[in-house]
Amino acid sequence: MTEDTRITTTDPPGRVPSTGTDTVVETSALTKRYGDRAAVDAVDMTVRRGEIYGFLGPNGAGKTTTLRMILGLIRPTSGTVRVLGRPAGSREASASTGALIEGPGFFPYLSGRANLRTLARHRGLSDRSVEEVLARVGLVDRGGDAYKSYSLGMKQRLGVAAALLGDPELIVLDEPTNGLDPSGMADMRALIVELARSGHTVILSSHLLGEVQEICDRVGVIANGRLVRESTVSTLLGDAVLKVRGTPVHRVVSIASDLAGENGFEIDGDSVLLDLPPDRAPEVVRALVAEDVDVSSIGPAERTLEDVFFEMTTASTPMKGA
Amino acid sequence: MSASTLRSHSDSDSLVLRHNTVARSLRAELYRLRAWPAMWATVGTWFLLAMVFGYVFPYVSYTTGTAGFSTEGEPTEALLRSVLPESIPDVLVQGTPLFGGALVLVLGALIAGNGYSWGTWKTVFTHGRLRPTIGALLALAVIVAAMVVVTAVLCTIVSVSLAAIESQPLTMPSADALLRSAGTAYLVFMMWGTIGFALCTYARSAALSVGLGLVWTLVVENLLRGVGSALQLVEDVTAFLPGTAAGSLVGAVTGGGDGTPGVVDVISGPRALITVTAYIVVAVVTTGVLVRSRDVN
Repeated sequence: MTEDTRITTTDPPGRVPSTGTDTVVETSALTKRYGDRAAVDAVDMTVRRGEIYGFLGPNGAGKTTTLRMILGLIRPTSGTVRVLGRPAGSREASASTGALIEGPGFFPYLSGRANLRTLARHRGLSDRSVEEVLARVGLVDRGGDAYKSYSLGMKQRLGVAAALLGDPELIVLDEPTNGLDPSGMADMRALIVELARSGHTVILSSHLLGEVQEICDRVGVIANGRLVRESTVSTLLGDAVLKVRGTPVHRVVSIASDLAGENGFEIDGDSVLLDLPPDRAPEVVRALVAEDVDVSSIGPAERTLEDVFFEMTTASTPMKGA
Repeated sequence: MSASTLRSHSDSDSLVLRHNTVARSLRAELYRLRAWPAMWATVGTWFLLAMVFGYVFPYVSYTTGTAGFSTEGEPTEALLRSVLPESIPDVLVQGTPLFGGALVLVLGALIAGNGYSWGTWKTVFTHGRLRPTIGALLALAVIVAAMVVVTAVLCTIVSVSLAAIESQPLTMPSADALLRSAGTAYLVFMMWGTIGFALCTYARSAALSVGLGLVWTLVVENLLRGVGSALQLVEDVTAFLPGTAAGSLVGAVTGGGDGTPGVVDVISGPRALITVTAYIVVAVVTTGVLVRSRDVN
């Protein structure tokens, strides 16, 4: 019997049997053009099983178009997307995917619970599965209220509940913390981490870079339709650098240039950041003292995801008139 | 087991699964539609108008001896006959080509269209596009069937009551006539409903498709029929239009265009039947092609 046949006849709606690969999403030269403009340009992206993948990019960079292609909602102009080894949008891929894309979409006249029951009926899921996801997002008590009466945060949580229906293996969440208060954001982050721990794969698109840095295993950064970087968060942040404060600054800069090279340092306010490992601090201090520099402080400095994000997206964004 | 046998089992399993998933989507669509006030308002308006134009106006004209636009020129005896049980087949269909069709066009457009403005199709289409769409079309078919059945029941209740009030003999229509009438009403409704659904799928906007659809059904076709009497080319084209087909099909059941708005005898009954059926098929196929081929934004 073929694997396809087993899938369509014996498996519950939410899960497709593992394809034996650790790759859950794989795009190859994925491109979407609108006229002459490439919204997504030759993106090669890989999401591995069980990880939280942060998908970052400025507004209009091509994030949502890419996510929609992964979900089979938009057809690529060229290139391929495979989800769990199947073409995106195929029945098998869709059955194992849950998503919240560009805000929740529900019937305003129905209650939150009835909205989820409608979706559950479309997919042959039980009303019990609806109660389970309502409980996971903390909406059991308000599940009977009309959707149109929900706050923005509650609507967002209902959208996440819809994505969790059927316990899908891949969960795509586009700005899931939009409209949530700080406590709701913390709960949502905890939920995402818990989902990954229990074997789900999560693609998280968010503008809250601190949030992404905190919970994501790997990130992909897209700018102007191109994937400019894909790596683990720690690799992306790079090694810690040395941060030196001393006077006079021009001597600090001169020594930094000697030790780290012309491109190996940058001035950050009244400090100088040297692209050197922290264990070379004694050597740097000796050189500074030898040149009569008064050293106020020296120590390791870590970059934030925000720093890296701005470096990459600014570098790849052409300036007006350029 | 041979490969061909395996494939055959696989195909039949797949067919059963597809059938089941469409049935699930039908259940889902009926579940959400039955709680939708807009659906009940549209259907309720049909029931109200069907009873008002089918029974209230003719009966008031009969009892008062006055004539309105829908009863003008009818002899008194004919007015009474038109509200008795023997005329149920005529009353059942006479409103379908004009205001009935327009209301079901609105219904079809609303069922398809609000999913785009509320973003619900985006949510549903994440797990397949064609099956939920077929489910929604089937839900429309079920609602239309219920509309026809309930209309027939209402016609029976009102006409039997009026026969009793007027001490007239209770002559019920033949089952054959009733079925022909119900089938005609169903086909005309489904034609306008699927056209509304297809229009809305194309426009991805309920408001635009409802507006265009109503202007077409209530204004443009009537104007073209008027122009057609002077221009042969326009008359030839008019014979293929949905309103003409629906009006002619109803006219074939009721015995020709008797002045009832929208009921005409431009083309023959069999040709009207083929044209109405063709419009349903084209509307459904167009909807399927649009849903499958276009991006969901």
